[in-house]
Amino acid sequence: MPRNNAATAAPLLEVEDLACWFDISPPLMERMLEGKPRQILKAVDGVSFSVARGTTLSIVGESGCGKSTIARLLVGLHKPTRGSIRFSQGAHGALRVQMIFQDPYASLNPRWRVGDIVAEPIRTLKLRPDEAATRRRVDELLSLVGLSPADGRKYPHEFSGGQRQRISIARALATEAEFLVCDEPTSALDVSVQAQILNLMRDLQRKFGLTYVFISHNLSVVRHMSERVAVMYLGRLVEEAAAETLFADPRHPYTRLLLDTIPDLEAPNRHRQPMGGEVPSPIAPPPGCTFHPRCPLVREACRKGRPDLRLMPDGARLACIATQEAEARLAVPA
Amino acid sequence: MTHSAAEARGATPLPSPAARPVLEVRGARVEFPTRRGTLVATDGVSFDIGPGEILGMVGESGAGKSLTGMAVIGLLEPPGRLAAGEIHLDGERIDNLPPRRRQAIRGRRIGAIFQDPLTSLHPLFTVGRQLVETIRFHLDVSEKEGRERALALLKDVGIPAAEERINHYPHQFSGGMRQRVVIALALAANPSLVIADEPTTALDVSIQAQITALLKRLCREHGTAVLLVTHDMGVIAETADRVAVMYAGRIVEIGPVLDVIRRPRHPYSRGLMASIPGLRERAERLNQIEGSMPRLTTMPPGCAFHPRCPEAGPRCHVARPMLAAVPGEVTSAACWLHQGGVTRAAQ
Repeated sequence: MPRNNAATAAPLLEVEDLACWFDISPPLMERMLEGKPRQILKAVDGVSFSVARGTTLSIVGESGCGKSTIARLLVGLHKPTRGSIRFSQGAHGALRVQMIFQDPYASLNPRWRVGDIVAEPIRTLKLRPDEAATRRRVDELLSLVGLSPADGRKYPHEFSGGQRQRISIARALATEAEFLVCDEPTSALDVSVQAQILNLMRDLQRKFGLTYVFISHNLSVVRHMSERVAVMYLGRLVEEAAAETLFADPRHPYTRLLLDTIPDLEAPNRHRQPMGGEVPSPIAPPPGCTFHPRCPLVREACRKGRPDLRLMPDGARLACIATQEAEARLAVPA
Repeated sequence: MTHSAAEARGATPLPSPAARPVLEVRGARVEFPTRRGTLVATDGVSFDIGPGEILGMVGESGAGKSLTGMAVIGLLEPPGRLAAGEIHLDGERIDNLPPRRRQAIRGRRIGAIFQDPLTSLHPLFTVGRQLVETIRFHLDVSEKEGRERALALLKDVGIPAAEERINHYPHQFSGGMRQRVVIALALAANPSLVIADEPTTALDVSIQAQITALLKRLCREHGTAVLLVTHDMGVIAETADRVAVMYAGRIVEIGPVLDVIRRPRHPYSRGLMASIPGLRERAERLNQIEGSMPRLTTMPPGCAFHPRCPEAGPRCHVARPMLAAVPGEVTSAACWLHQGGVTRAAQ
C-alpha cells in the first residue's frame, strides 16, 4: 500500500483557509442593558490541508481544538464562515462522502431493522434497480463488515458497541462512498474491540481505495491508522507531517508535549514532563501564538505575532516561530 | 465461610506487601436476582491492597470491575447484592455491617473518585462549602478548623490561588481542576482507602497525566491504598503497582504491573496487550481477539474465555480454572495452561 505519497498523488480533497465561527453572544437585550460585547467563538480559523486518494489524514488535538468541527464541515453539517473545501471527481460523478460517528448507540435508528438502516441509502440514491438487488447488496455489505446476512433482520439494540460500529460502516459504504470522515470511531469501544474495528477499516481501505479523514485524541490509534497527521490547537493547525516523521521527530512544542504526556506501555514512568497549564478558552484566545502561555520555547515574538504554517524542506508544515528560526539557522550556517 | 469454601472460590493467598493490607476482598460474588433467574456478575473476586499501594483493575465494559469497586464501598445498586465473600478494611469485616455503620465508613475511611467530576459536586454550593461540610461530617472540628483544612487540601491537590478559588462554584472550574476538587473531597477525612473509578477518562490527555501524577503522589504521601478502576492500560502502566485483569466477572490475572504488561500469562491478557496499538512501531495489523465477551445470561461452561481462546483444550470446556500463582512467578493466573495443561481431563 502506498505510503507517505501525499505530495505526489493527486489530492482527493483540498481544504483552503477554512474557518468556522460561531456567534455565542448573549441575547441582544442583555448586551444592551449590561453593555456586554458580541462574542465570537472561532472554532476553526484558517485551516488548509489536502488528502491524497487512498490515504488517511488524522487530525489530533484536545477537546475544543476544533477537530470535530472540521469533520462536520467536511460532510456539510456546518457551513464554513470562510474558505473552501474542494473534492475531486468520484468514480460515479460527484464524490460521495460519508461520516462515521463516535457513538454507535446514538447514530443508528433504534426502531429500524439493521437491514433497512443499511438499505436506506441504496433506496434513496436509487443505486440498485429493484428490491431484490438492494437486498443482495445489503447482505453483501453486512458480510463485508464481518456480520452475517441474517443480522439484517435484527434491531440495533441486539448488537454490542463494536458490532454497531460495523453497521455504521456498512451504511456508509452502502452509498458507494469513497471518502469517509471518521470522528472518534473507536473511542467508545473497548481496546480489544477497537482493534477489530481498526483492522476492518484498514482492510476496507486497501480493498476499495477509500480515503479517510480520521479525527481522534488517541495518538497511538492515530499512529496506527494514518499516512499523515495534523495537530490542532485552538482552531489552527500547528504541525502537519507524515505520520512516521511526526512521531519520530515532533517539532512543534505542543506536539512534543502531547507525545510526552501519553502513557507509553513499553516504557512506563519514563522521565517526562507533564504538560503544565490547560488549554485556554477558545472564546478569548491569548494574543500572538495561542500556545505561548504553555510553551517552553516562548520568546517575545511569540506574544505579538501569530506564526504561519510554513512548509519545511522535508514536506512537513510547522507553525512555530522559535522552531522555524532554529531550523533556518541550522540549514544556513553563518 | 469455611476454609474449603474459600478455596473453591479461588481465594488463593496473594502476594501481599509486608504490612497488613488495608483492603482484603475474599471471594466476592455480586448477584442480580431477576425474573428469569439470578445473574452472577462477579464471582470469586479476591485481592489485597497494602498501605500506599495502587492496585489497578482493568477489563472491558461489563467485566465487573466497577461493580467490584461499588461492592467495596457498599453502593451496589439494588437488587444487586454481595451474595458471598467477605470484605475487610484495616482488618475489620465491613460487608456485613448495618447500613448506618456502613455509611459512617463511606467518606471517612473509604473515599471515592468517579469519572465525571461535575456529577460528584453539588452545583449550588461553593467547593469550599462542600469540603467543609464533608470534613465536619466526618471529623470533630470547628467551622474555622474545617475551613483551614479545606484550604490546605485544595493547595495539596494543586489548585492555584486556592484562597480565592475556595469560594468558587464547580462550574467555574475546568474539567481537570474539578477533578482535583473531587480528589480533595475524597481525601477530606484522610481515608485509608480510595476507590478511583475511571478518574481520568473524561479528561484530555495532557490533563490526564497531571491527575494520575497527583493521585500517585498523594497516595504515597498519605499512605492511602487506592483501587484504580479503568479500561485504559496506559493509565494503569503509569500509575499502578499491581494490576488485576478482569474478564466476565472474574480476575483472570493479577500481578506486578510490569510483569503483566511485558509477560502476560493469561491468554486474554496476552490478547488485550497485543491489541493496543504501539507508539514505537507501526504494525500492519493489530492483534484482535475474535468475538466478544459473553453476556451474563449466556455464560459458557468451563473457562468463560474458552470460546475466544486460541489455546483452549478439552479441559477448558468443562472445568473452570481458579486463580493460582504461575509456577516460579509472582503473578497469578486463572488458566489451565499454568495448572497442568489444557488437555488433561477434569478431576
